[in-house]
This record gives sequence, C-alpha cells and structure tokens, in this order.
Amino acid sequence: MNTEAIKAIYKAEMRRTRNTLLQSVAAPVISTALYFVVFGSAIGSRIESVSDVPYGAFIVPGLMMLSLLTQSISNASFGIFFPKFTGTIYEVMSAPISFFEIVVGYVGAAATKSLILGVLILITATFFVDLRIAHPFWMIAFFLLTCISFSLFGFIIGLWADNFEKLQLIPSLIITPLVFLGGSFYSVDMLPEFWQKISLMNPVLYLISGFRWSFFEVADVSVGVSLSMILLFLVACLGIVWMMFKTGYKLKP
Amino acid sequence: MNESKAIVSIKGLTKTYENGHQALKGINLDIREGEILALLGPNGAGKTTLISVICGLVSPSSGTVTVDGHDIIRDFRITREMIGLVPQELTLGAFERVGNTVAFSRGLFGKSPNEAYLDELLEELTLLDKKDSMVQQLSGGMKRRVLIAKALSHEPRVLFLDEPTAGVDVELRKDMWKIVERLRQSGVTIILTTHYIEEAEEIADRVGVISGGELLELEDKQTLMEKLGKKQLVIELKNPVDSIPAQLTDYGLELSDTGAKLTYTFDARQERTGMTRLLSSLSEAGLQVKDLNTRQSSLEDIFVDIVKADA
Ligand SMILES: Nc1ncnc2c1ncn2[C@@H]1O[C@H](COP(=O)(O)OP(=O)(O)OP(=O)(O)O)[C@@H](O)[C@H]1O
Ligand SMILES: [Mg+2]
Repeated sequence: MNTEAIKAIYKAEMRRTRNTLLQSVAAPVISTALYFVVFGSAIGSRIESVSDVPYGAFIVPGLMMLSLLTQSISNASFGIFFPKFTGTIYEVMSAPISFFEIVVGYVGAAATKSLILGVLILITATFFVDLRIAHPFWMIAFFLLTCISFSLFGFIIGLWADNFEKLQLIPSLIITPLVFLGGSFYSVDMLPEFWQKISLMNPVLYLISGFRWSFFEVADVSVGVSLSMILLFLVACLGIVWMMFKTGYKLKP
Repeated sequence: MNESKAIVSIKGLTKTYENGHQALKGINLDIREGEILALLGPNGAGKTTLISVICGLVSPSSGTVTVDGHDIIRDFRITREMIGLVPQELTLGAFERVGNTVAFSRGLFGKSPNEAYLDELLEELTLLDKKDSMVQQLSGGMKRRVLIAKALSHEPRVLFLDEPTAGVDVELRKDMWKIVERLRQSGVTIILTTHYIEEAEEIADRVGVISGGELLELEDKQTLMEKLGKKQLVIELKNPVDSIPAQLTDYGLELSDTGAKLTYTFDARQERTGMTRLLSSLSEAGLQVKDLNTRQSSLEDIFVDIVKADA
C-alpha cells in the first residue's frame, strides 16, 4: 500500500479546494441561504408544516442532499477529469500506485469536501430554523454514505467523460432533476396519486426520505428501504470502478 | 561502469495501438546500468511509445520488460519507484505552486517528504526562487525545469528524458547536461530521445537508432561512428589547380574555391576505400600533395544513412 501517494493526492486535491474556496464552499452556502429565503419564507408562509414539521426545517435535509449530491459529483468528476484534460495524469499513471489507491485519494478528498460543505449548510440552516436531529447516528451514516457514494459516482463520470460537455451532462440532465423531484421541498403524499407512483421510481427520493427520517422521524418510504438503496448504489459504483480498474479504462492506450 | 549488467531488459516488445497502427515491431534492448543511452529516430519512430511502455503509460501488446530483474507489469510497484520520466510535452497542472507540485511527485512515488533534498534539487535547477510561483506563470524553459525536478523528486535509478532539449535555450541545455553528468556520477542510468544528433554525440555512451518501430542499430557511440562513418580525405595541394584533372574525374572529388584543397569522400565500411589508388592517380596527374588529413562524418550523417537504407 502506497500511503504516501494517497496522502499526496489527497493533499493536492484539498489544496485545489483552498485555491477555489469561493467556488467550492461559499457558493453552495450562499445558494442554500437563498433557498431558505425563497422556499422557507415565501412558501413556508403558505405551507406551515409538513407532517407536523415546520416547513422551514422540513426542507433542510433535502437542501443538504441537493448540495451534497451535486457537489460530490462535480468535485470528484472534475478532480480526475482535470489531470486527464491537461495531461498531468501521466504522472499518476506512471507512479507505483494501484487504481485502488488513486480512487481512495481522489474520492476521499471529494467526499471530505462534501462533508465540510454539509456541515456548513447545517450550520447555515440553524440561523434560519430550529433544528433537531432525532437519530444522530443514522443522520451521520446517511450523510457519510451519500458523500462517499456520490463522490465515487462523480469519479466514474470524470473518468468516462472525454470532454467538458459530457462532464456536465449527467449532473445537469439527470441528477438535478432527480433531486428536485425527489421530495427535497415537499412530501410525496402532497402529489397527485399518479405522480406519487412515478416519484417512487426516483432513487434520490429514498435517499432524501431516509435522511429526513433521521432528523424528524417522518419518511415517505421505510428507512430500511432507504438504507438498502444507498448501499446498493455504493456497491454498484464500487463494482463499476473495479471493472474500470480491470480494463485500464480509457487511461492507458 | 558495469557493462554486463542490464538494468532495463526489453524482449520482443511490440505495441499495436487500438487504431491498428503498429508503433513497436519487436524491440530487443538491454540498457546497461549507469550508461547514458541516446535513442535517435525521426518523428513517429516509436521512441515515446517505447518509453511509455517501460514507464507504465502504455500497455504492451506482447513481449516483456524487466527493470532490475522485476517485471514492469507484475512488479510495477518496484519497477516504477526506480524510474523517473520527463515527458516530451510540457504537461503541468495550472493552479499549483512549484514547490507543491514537486513535493506531490515525491509523495506519489512513495517517498516520505524530504524538503532539504527537494530544495537542493530546485537550487540545482535554478528554481529555488520560483518555489512559491504558480507554474502557469513560468516560461516554457522554466516549466521544463520543473518537469525535470518532478522526475528527480523521488531519487530514481533510471531516468527517461523524452526530447529534453526541444524548445530549450543554450543555458538550460548546459544546466541539463551538468545535471545529467552529476546523475551519471551517482550511478543513475539515463535514456534520452532526441532529434539532435550533436546531443547524442556530446553526452551519450551508446546510441540506438529507431525507425518505423524497429531498433535498427545499437552501438557504442564510437563503434557506430567507426562502423558506419563516412570518412573524408582532405588533400592539400602544393600548387592550386583551376579544375579537377581529367584522370581524377571518377573519384567524385570536390575542389575548394581556392583550388588548393581536394576532398575525397569514402565509406569506411567498405574493405577497399580507394585511397591508395587515388594517391597514385594524383601523382600520375602530376599533382603534388602538401598535406593529407581524414575526417570522421558526424552521427547526423550516419543517422540519415541508416534511416534511408531502411526506407
Ligand atoms: N495513442 C495512440 N494511438 C494511436 N497511434 C499512436 C498513439 N500514440 C502514438 N501513435 C502512433 O505511433 C507512432 C509512434 O509514435 P511515437 O510518439 O512513439 O513516436 P516518436 O518516435 O516519439 O515521435 P516524435 O519524435 O515525433 O516524438 C506514430 O505513428 C504515432 O502516430
Ligand atoms: Mg516522441
């Protein structure tokens, strides 16, 4: 195990975040604050509470997920795409380091960034609403699993993408709609029956539902199902990464 | 120098790229520990491909490569730690500082931090005052120095320099040869590719000529030049002549502008150089010789010959 290499990659990636602090951290925090103002105040004045949870607090887990998912993916995908794009990946490829260690370095750094971001959003949220966390252990578990699995997913996208368009494609075309339609800002039973059924096909719904349960003990689907879904997603990502590793996917001619 | 020990051993190496292009056609090559080997070849010869396979950047189609007896695929951790690579292209990340990026390379190759060593290295490459500069603000030559520092950051035993002097000024070239010399003294094996023959002539111990994916020649620089070298015999005449006498037209002589020098080019590879015959023809033509001297052709001429003969 080349731990020096993992450390080197991790540190370089974290350094990149510091250099782009405004973009990486400040921007999501500001947009979250805006969501609170717009959704929490404007809509919250009409919808007082959902399942006995004040609307402002109700949207916090969804908002966190929205940022965690998009930021994990963009951090991790950019982290590996950029060296591919500039050609500096040659150095990583010629180093005495296995694919596993490369993944740990890049995905670890991306997940760390998401964790920091999530905590910042949580702190921001406490300025707007009263928050209680019913199941801190499960909250942290969902939080961690989400950061790691979506950073992995981002890493896969970054490896797969060979241009900037592809890099943006999945996040903007798939992830953002799924998060918005996944009950970030509402409970599914507020929807007409037909759309409820459709919503149940959205994997992100399970994630948000489980995460929200850990805060308020209200959920659209059972927590066990939520947990299984996120674990399944993690295993799928690990499987894809492992396959990419086996075939030297797109990295070696 | 230990001549018998191969540090890098390449056997039957071929590489066919996905598009069907065969870039390496069965390369066999033993690189000796501690030598400086220059690989000469025209554009597209396969030099970079060969280096890339050894460094793990390109998967070989068939054949084996060992470094210090370890297979580059099975024992990649051992072999890659021993190797440093300065790539042909100026590939450097944009938002990084010189010091950081060099320390990053060292870590990547599994070595624990050693700031004193890295500072020394930067000093040698006159980069120390640029340690906190962003790499994208450096000039091309400076970037090349950073790449060299990165390649040496983990104290490799084998160093590959892929066209190190492309776009480099005299100053940096000199610095580079100083470093190469220092590395050689410390026992590092150096393989460099180049288009500039003078470079190979200046610093290499052995020269390999690659063209069309094949290793056409591999010789000690001296042997290669003797074996393949065209020689020139320069004849200084006592009394200048206006034109080459009729008896001597068959020799393909060149007459200098002053009419005082005749140059005869012959192939040192041939058993009969024709020199003796020429000399007797000279006296038959009534020309008196003041001085004779032979001259070796440069590696450049040799190289052009080999590649032409192969085409
Ligand atoms: N990734 C690739 N896919 C397909 N063909 C390639 C690839 N890389 C190189 N080639 C081809 O392989 C041949 C050898 O290329 P290589 O870069 O090894 O040559 P070289 O000797 O380094 O040339 P130069 O002196 O221009 O650097 C060339 O014909 C090149 O077009
Ligand atoms: Mg090349």
